[in-house]
Amino acid sequence: MGIEKISFLPRTPGIKKAAGQPAVSKVSSEWTWKDHLGQIKCRLGSLRMRYTVNPGLYAVGEPDRESDVFVTANYKLSFDILRRELRGLNAWIIVLDTKGINVWCAAGKGTFGTDELISRINEINLHNVVSHRRIIIPQLGAVGVNARIVQQRTGFRVYFGPVHAKDIPAYIRAAYIKTPEMRLVRFNMLDRLVLTPMEINPAMKKFPLFSLIVLILFGIQPSGILFKDAWEGGIPFLIFGLMSVFTGAFITPLLLPFIPFRSFAVKGWITGVISVFALMKGIELSYYKNILPLASAYIFFPFASSYIALQFTGSATFTSMSGVKKELKIGVPVYLTATALSLLILTIYKLSQWGVI
Amino acid sequence: MKYIADVVTLEFFQEKCTGCGKCVEVCPQGVFLIRDKKAFVTDRDRCMECGACANNCEFGAIKVNSGVGCAAAIINSMIAGGPPSCDCGEQSGSGCCG
Repeated sequence: MGIEKISFLPRTPGIKKAAGQPAVSKVSSEWTWKDHLGQIKCRLGSLRMRYTVNPGLYAVGEPDRESDVFVTANYKLSFDILRRELRGLNAWIIVLDTKGINVWCAAGKGTFGTDELISRINEINLHNVVSHRRIIIPQLGAVGVNARIVQQRTGFRVYFGPVHAKDIPAYIRAAYIKTPEMRLVRFNMLDRLVLTPMEINPAMKKFPLFSLIVLILFGIQPSGILFKDAWEGGIPFLIFGLMSVFTGAFITPLLLPFIPFRSFAVKGWITGVISVFALMKGIELSYYKNILPLASAYIFFPFASSYIALQFTGSATFTSMSGVKKELKIGVPVYLTATALSLLILTIYKLSQWGVI
Repeated sequence: MKYIADVVTLEFFQEKCTGCGKCVEVCPQGVFLIRDKKAFVTDRDRCMECGACANNCEFGAIKVNSGVGCAAAIINSMIAGGPPSCDCGEQSGSGCCG
């Protein structure tokens, strides 16, 4: 696991360096195709865990001693978004070491926090860089940054800027006063859509194991495993499984506010049961010559979709830990029972096939 | 969009509130408003327990149980005991954050 080489951050020779100051890197506000590709890769998969910039002081435009100071995380996507939205301005950017995690998550964990901010301010010698004592941090950083302590220990007054970087120019024009809209975190359909790959990936990681279990269940005979039975019996279940991932990890997040009930588990169950019902139309009762596998599918797969949808609470911007705990307290026993029941039904089906019962 | 009702651990002690407005500045869900030099809770169920308000209220007027809230972390803690954690950032491949 390495640090992604930031060779594509446009660098021009550093700004005049005052004695005793660390070097400043000048960055542009433009995104190259590599930056765009990086964002796509982060949304799709694990590049996000090693997509960083070096912590330290950066300059956008030609900042001087009066220019504003903005703070961000060393997740390169956070950095890229901030520098893009500062286009046309002259500003300083302080990048904190958040271990490559974005502002809000890092603030929750404490790495985008009071201590890191204070030590970075001191390390950069910010007191000699700007003559004012204002430092603007993203509002979501407030989870980890205590403004009063920062001011006491550094003399810098923390301004909690807008939630979204795109509101920064308007915020500055309004003399650092936020409108109510600037204080609210947004979670519209596009925001939800870009999160779905990271719901689908973890779910699909379990799919091979799930497939193996299904194929063994349908293929197993007293004399061994019959591949033909495994495949013919198992393939509808594999399709149901893929559909559960689709409804739980993609459809439920995408259509979140349009699905009834507040519980994510219930929303996932609803989309799941609808898709099982629709898929059942494609399977004739005579396929299995027995209702038991169909009953087993009806019991299991809506709950699989439900469990997968419940994972989305971790990415949603309005879910509380207490609410998720309540969902799990009810959900986990239900999921275990449903899984056990569907396995029991399949066992009875197998035994009846073997003529045992 | 609103989540499960009547569960959040948010506690607001208005008698300690001085109306400084920090909670209004930092809350991403609009839970607080200021009227007549005091804060009021607009809607408890909008609270997502991020903790920004409690972290920045210097008068001790706000308490909330904030912490890692993703389902995977809570399940881990149900099984292994201890507070919820999901080792984000500790290993590549566990991609829930970022």
